[in-house]
Amino acid sequence: MISEGIVTVSYIAAMVLFILALGGLSDQETARRGNWYGVIGMVIALVATILGVVNSHYDILLAALVIGGGIGIVLARRVQMTQMPELVAILHSLVGLAAIAVGYANFMGASHLAGVELTIHDIETYLGVLIGAVTFSGSVIAFGKLSGRIGGKPLTLPGRHLFNLGLLLGAIWFGYEFVVQSAAGGGMQALVVMTVIALLFGMHMVLAIGGADMPVVVSMLNSYSGWAAAATGFMLNNDLLIVVGALVGSSGAILSYIMCRAMNRKFLSVIAGGFGTGGGTPVSGGDELQGEVVAVDAIETALLLSGAKEVMIIPGYGMAVAQAQHTVFEITKVLRARKINVRFGIHPVAGRMPGHMNVLLAEARVPYDIVFEMDEVNEDFPNVDVSVVIGANDIVNPSALDEPDSPIAGMPVLECWKGSMTIVLKRSMATGYAGVQNPLFFKENTRMLFGDAKDSLEAVLKAL
Amino acid sequence: MKIGVPKEIHVDERRVATTPVVAAELIKLGFSVVVEKDAGIAASFSNESYEEAGCEIVASSEHLWSQSDLILKVRAPEGDEVGRLRAGQTLISFIWPAQNPELLQQLTNSGANVIAMDSVPRISRAQKMDALSSMANIGGYRAIVEAAQHFGRFFTGQITAAGKIPPAKVLVIGAGVAGLAAIGAAKSMGAIVRAFDTRPEVKEQVESMDAEFLMLDFDDDEDGAGEGGYAKTMSEEFIKAEMALFAEQAEDVDIIVTTALIPGKPAPRLITAEMVRSMKDGSVIVDLAAEQGGNCELTERDQVVVRHGVSIIGYTDLPSRLATQASQLYATNLRHLVTELTPEKDGNIVVNMDDEVIRGATVCKEGATTWPPPAPKLSAAPPQAEPKPMPEAVVKKPSVAGPIIMIVVASLALLGLGAVAPREFMAHFTVFVLACFVGYMVIWNVSPALHTPLMSVTNAISSIIVIGALIQISSSDSLIMWIAAATVLITSINIAGGFAVTRRMLEMFRK
Repeated sequence: MISEGIVTVSYIAAMVLFILALGGLSDQETARRGNWYGVIGMVIALVATILGVVNSHYDILLAALVIGGGIGIVLARRVQMTQMPELVAILHSLVGLAAIAVGYANFMGASHLAGVELTIHDIETYLGVLIGAVTFSGSVIAFGKLSGRIGGKPLTLPGRHLFNLGLLLGAIWFGYEFVVQSAAGGGMQALVVMTVIALLFGMHMVLAIGGADMPVVVSMLNSYSGWAAAATGFMLNNDLLIVVGALVGSSGAILSYIMCRAMNRKFLSVIAGGFGTGGGTPVSGGDELQGEVVAVDAIETALLLSGAKEVMIIPGYGMAVAQAQHTVFEITKVLRARKINVRFGIHPVAGRMPGHMNVLLAEARVPYDIVFEMDEVNEDFPNVDVSVVIGANDIVNPSALDEPDSPIAGMPVLECWKGSMTIVLKRSMATGYAGVQNPLFFKENTRMLFGDAKDSLEAVLKAL
Repeated sequence: MKIGVPKEIHVDERRVATTPVVAAELIKLGFSVVVEKDAGIAASFSNESYEEAGCEIVASSEHLWSQSDLILKVRAPEGDEVGRLRAGQTLISFIWPAQNPELLQQLTNSGANVIAMDSVPRISRAQKMDALSSMANIGGYRAIVEAAQHFGRFFTGQITAAGKIPPAKVLVIGAGVAGLAAIGAAKSMGAIVRAFDTRPEVKEQVESMDAEFLMLDFDDDEDGAGEGGYAKTMSEEFIKAEMALFAEQAEDVDIIVTTALIPGKPAPRLITAEMVRSMKDGSVIVDLAAEQGGNCELTERDQVVVRHGVSIIGYTDLPSRLATQASQLYATNLRHLVTELTPEKDGNIVVNMDDEVIRGATVCKEGATTWPPPAPKLSAAPPQAEPKPMPEAVVKKPSVAGPIIMIVVASLALLGLGAVAPREFMAHFTVFVLACFVGYMVIWNVSPALHTPLMSVTNAISSIIVIGALIQISSSDSLIMWIAAATVLITSINIAGGFAVTRRMLEMFRK
């Protein structure tokens, strides 16, 4: 109906709009507009493709679009902000599934290529399906872990590195088989076997990664979903897919890098999994470290807070679990009304997803200009009167800085112990995800407020 | 068991060993509490308030001593009190066994258990029972109040219509608990505060209170921290340098508070008559070490004297001069100790000599002297926690070979690809590489606070893969068509869900 040229121009417009959408996220003010650019880009791409390429089955297409879109919007409306990591993971798995489906459909369709072109096309198909399958099964497992359906403990099979290597070699071998067979007109069998291998690989990879590494996993899967789209683009000779895939792929890769840096871990060692078990050096000191903790109650906490001038709140995953963010903000409002400077310090890997804490605080209507990144506030701690640590552990562990044998040594942490007083809200004395005892709790200027974060904070709010 | 709280008989002692609030908590532990009539009057606790808390008031001291199983006191027993102690009773109070060997012998002979609040070991677990720190805190605060009383000027500086008022300068020697309390009090009244201590580790604490920590002009790193967190005697050169510093400061400051004590020794002489003479008229010295002979040469115990125009305060009962506060803290320390002694919370005390804290504080048990205890193993400040060097943040010079090899391999691979791949593929490949770079540039600018929206929006746009399905949906092969339709369905979940949830999140980010 419309010419190929017009379709291409529409695609170019869509690409530009997608880049603008990502660029808009550099700031909260422009981010909302950025999101609309993304929506418009998507609509243009869809309309151009439907008008330019599709020539039959409009009814089925429309039904699929409406049903799918409806489900998507309902999901987006219903999801709790604390469940965002799960939602993102399950949406990633859909991209992976789509990549598999497009790859298979494309392979089943008639091909008119031959020679080198056919080989390259087959490799593209193969890669698209491979990455799609890893993304799909990995995301499903990540969803299971994040939503608590699968335990957070890393699965450490004996010889898991060999197992991974075997899977990789298998994937390469069947890739070769696939290209050879495809040239002879077959290949479906090899493709199916490889898909199974890739699914296994994705599952095993995510199962082997511990709970604390989930932010890396989620951003890595984000990256994979992009690469899957890019590989599909090569397969279909479609520049729009290539560009968008590359954008998303590099976005996820950068996020993974930021997360790894925030934990001072190598990307490969996160992927290899089994955090805290294969470090090589025995965990010295850490575990037998003991001491007296000083417990306080909510009323004393309220007194400490009202006596302070500078308060820093450090939220962690525990705040998300207890859904305490609204109470936190109520307390913040009361304190700020009394001219107490309350700020939030966010560690990059707090929570289960990059930026998780920011979203929760935003949901509770905490203004974003009092929410700071770790690097912005770490030097201010000596001036802070009271730091409140809510359900966080490893990200405030001083042994990361002064204990070279600790599994988390070298990881940048929020140095709250440099302030006058730290109040730690915790359910019990259990260790964090890294399984390391936290000397912060035994420091002289630390007070422990035991109990469910939400209940404790509500009691504090009442006492204020 | 019955707890008896007698009225203190020491001259001018205003404190009392329990307050109505603490008495109520002791009763909760299963004890009954008897308080001597008017025991709390001097500390502003009326007999009625004790009665309301559930205590019994008895008029006669003798009666109280004879019927109680556990006696709580502030001062060590003196006069008649010693004779009233009997076997089977337990006494908790300050004893100072090192300074009072005769008293210790008498107490031992009585056959009672005696627990000395001054001998509670200084370990972190026992901090809540550390009455010495509580009293030192009060003493330090009161020292500044006394100084202000005898000082003829403001502490704080002001610029008024009637002229400029310079702030008072306060020097605190010895930054222990008392010293820090004095620093805090003087600081909050607006004075310029300097502090000195032989233990360099307290520098941070001093600076955390906004006071200036004076450093000695002395090369050797001599560390004055002795066992149990107290100071120890220093070398001769160190003392010389120290004295020079004090002489220099004496000419400058208005108020000196000295708190230097070395356990078991007379207080060190830090302020000579010469230094006092060099001070400005109207200056004040508060000597918290007066009981041990004083840090100042001219201090007279329990007196305020004026020498060379300088008021020198030698009170030894500063905590008692803030009797209500002192009684509250002391009673709480006692309550913590009694709680430790009552593991079953049934109103029966157990003097468990295997417990490090109780062992350390118990000076007599059933007719035997158990003082001094075996040396405590822990210092309050960990003994120079051997600073394990952090592995130098691997400032390994980025080896040149690695990246070069990478570049060479990548170039060869690209050249190989370029040699065989058809033109069309290379065109797509160019687009791909450029897009990766654009993504790289754009994403680094994304605010970390927006990483979650970034993930959901990239998730939505990566569903552009739907185009693949749209191309296939018109296929005449019905299997392919249905696969494509299913793909359209799941990707549209993603598109709509991704954008909608991103919008929802971004709406929440508000100033």
